[in-house]
Amino acid sequence: MADKKRIDEPTGTETVGHEWDGIEELDTPMPRWWLWTLYATIIWGIGYTVLYPAWPGITGYTKGVLGWSSEQEFRDEIAAATERRAPVLRALASTPIERLPDDSELLQFAIAGGESAFKQYCVQCHGSGAAGFTGYPNLNDDEWLWGGDIKAIEFTIVHGIRNPDHDDTRYSQMPAFGRDGIFSPEEVTDVSNYVRVISGQEEKSESAARGAALFAQQCVACHGADGQGDREQGAPNLTDAIWLYGGDAESIRNTVHNSRSGVMPRFGERLDPVTIKMLAAYVHSLGGGENYVEVAADPEVEVDERP
Amino acid sequence: MNAPDTLDEPPLQLYEKRKSVFPQAVDGTFRRLKWAIMAVTLAIYYVTPWIRWDRGPYAPDQAVLVDLANRRFYMFGIEIWPQEFYYIVGLLVMAGIGLFLVTSAVGRAWCGYACPQTVWTDLFQHVERFVDGDRNAQIRLQRAPWGPGKIARRLFKWSIWLVIAFATGGAWIFYFADAPTLAQDFLTGNAAFVAYATVGVLTATTFIFGGFLREQVCIYMCPWPRIQSAMLDENSLIVTYKEWRGEPRAKGLKKARGPDEPFGDCIDCMKCVSVCPTGIDIREGPQIGCITCALCIDACDKVMDQIGRPRGLIDYATLEGQEREREGKPALSPLKTLLRPRTLLYFGIWAGIGLAMLFTLGTRSRIDIAAAHDRNPPYVQMSDGTVRNDFTLKVSNMQARPRQMEIGLVGLDDAVMWRRGGSRDIAGRTLTVDLPADSVKPVKVFVVGPDSALGRRDFAFSVRALDEEGGADSVKVHFAGPGDGS
Repeated sequence: MADKKRIDEPTGTETVGHEWDGIEELDTPMPRWWLWTLYATIIWGIGYTVLYPAWPGITGYTKGVLGWSSEQEFRDEIAAATERRAPVLRALASTPIERLPDDSELLQFAIAGGESAFKQYCVQCHGSGAAGFTGYPNLNDDEWLWGGDIKAIEFTIVHGIRNPDHDDTRYSQMPAFGRDGIFSPEEVTDVSNYVRVISGQEEKSESAARGAALFAQQCVACHGADGQGDREQGAPNLTDAIWLYGGDAESIRNTVHNSRSGVMPRFGERLDPVTIKMLAAYVHSLGGGENYVEVAADPEVEVDERP
Repeated sequence: MNAPDTLDEPPLQLYEKRKSVFPQAVDGTFRRLKWAIMAVTLAIYYVTPWIRWDRGPYAPDQAVLVDLANRRFYMFGIEIWPQEFYYIVGLLVMAGIGLFLVTSAVGRAWCGYACPQTVWTDLFQHVERFVDGDRNAQIRLQRAPWGPGKIARRLFKWSIWLVIAFATGGAWIFYFADAPTLAQDFLTGNAAFVAYATVGVLTATTFIFGGFLREQVCIYMCPWPRIQSAMLDENSLIVTYKEWRGEPRAKGLKKARGPDEPFGDCIDCMKCVSVCPTGIDIREGPQIGCITCALCIDACDKVMDQIGRPRGLIDYATLEGQEREREGKPALSPLKTLLRPRTLLYFGIWAGIGLAMLFTLGTRSRIDIAAAHDRNPPYVQMSDGTVRNDFTLKVSNMQARPRQMEIGLVGLDDAVMWRRGGSRDIAGRTLTVDLPADSVKPVKVFVVGPDSALGRRDFAFSVRALDEEGGADSVKVHFAGPGDGS
């Protein structure tokens, strides 16, 4: 492009010298104060890099004369938040778990705290929505193997299930009826069919009738005469619609043959009592929580009586 | 060696020094109009936050309040929640269309009279005249070397400017908090840091923009004059110099007038230039620096009166009207100038948005229910074969008084529900909730429907107020189960 700078007549301003199909561009000078704003930003920049962390070095960076750091700010905020929460945490620590539902505000706090602790310690097995997976119970429903009142839930969290190195843990063991030769494969099928009948999934049959007799011999000790289970032994109710390991014929046969014995770690030694209370409150709030009844269902007592 | 042939050219100026403007005082119709508009706009700005408006014990009693902390916007009888932000958007759209309307009807009236930059610059210039004297005295003082007298005058002027600037920045924050409380906190040092920072920044910008940058803001910073250039047409009212009447201009009155010596009416007295707050010469034609404040009309009319020529050498006129006047045709009636398809279209859009907003404001409900299906898990199999769905409801009481409301199930005839903290034993088809004034309450509910085999079923949550005034809302949701694959 030809360099044809010229003074534009109406404005008295020089053009930049380029022409596109007769269109020219004016080289309008910037106002001088605009330059001052550039100098001002430079001065600001120098001040900023002196006051705040700025220049990277080989092993570190300049810290700035104010000594500010985002990490310290974060720590201060956490400390302030912890301090604000302290009175509530003290109240939680001094409230017996079974009295927690009486204090609605404290309960709300505990549920919220429990929800975030749940996301950290429990979701690996029970899922982020506490809906569980096969073999890991759904905590939203109303079926509880070891008790669903808030105190029983706390006990389970503290002592875990089937921790062999812990005396107070929830413990029971179902025999592997098929594998250990207690039942023949046909008998396993018969018992399984009977379980399908009492849970309303199958019509009565000869096989089921044979299974009923076997059930009466071998299973009632834990699952009860009518198959409704026993929470003292963590024996599930076989007549309802909830199946931890699946309710279809194959899954039930598998369970009878191999037995099941899920394990849950105990958290009493890993978490502080307040966090455990909050976890219990959260799990209890998921929709299936049962009311705590004095005396009748004190898990501490039950556990002590266990042989 | 050839000598460079560019030596004769002037050195390239990358930056342009601001040419100081010392507008002369002037009196006349438009000056008085500017006074009136300045008084009204400043009064609106300073007084509005102090107007009280009784909303009962549960809401602030400030007529206009932008309550950022609680996310509420109050404007007299109207309270706007964040989810109703479309009203604010509507207002902004109306303001935009309103500018178009005003521009197409009366030109850059906004720039000339109502723009804060214009109003505050005008105010600062009056202070300047009060301290330094009129145009000539100001120029003399500007050229004078720095001495005690000049320093004293400058400090005095800047002090007054600073007081005005501080009052301007100070008034702004009162729109965002209870004005009397904030004023007390501010003066006793108890206000939030952001209040002091805001006042500080606005004081500085007012002081700099009104005292020093002035017309530079209009010419270099503001996008509006550029947009205006595209909006004006031959039917827009602009301040214009009637070149056909004024030219050829001649200095002074002594020039002879006659058929042989065709001098125009302009006596080149430069009054129009000296009163101009942006320092332009209107006789060069419409230009971006002209904010159409019409002070040059006042100045020129006075001169025309003195030399016995008709007023209106510089006039508010459309380009088309000017053309007609030159050709001796009768002027169009102002009504005809105003009522053009373009202005009518702008007005139609503007009024349409306004009416639509008024209608929705008048008929909007102050009760709201929203439902979020808790999808993790989507449903819960219950031991007795039923299926449970969990929902988090958000019930809004948008009135400034506590109300009791009833949440109910609509459809899903076989279902019951209970709140978190309750139990299935006391489940029912309705729940009663107490809602504090002006609040949203989250309510977690468990809904149990009996048949797990059924697929997705639609139903709704309803809410109705249990007091005499009543009012209701509902929200459609669906019930998930093992049968619907969700």
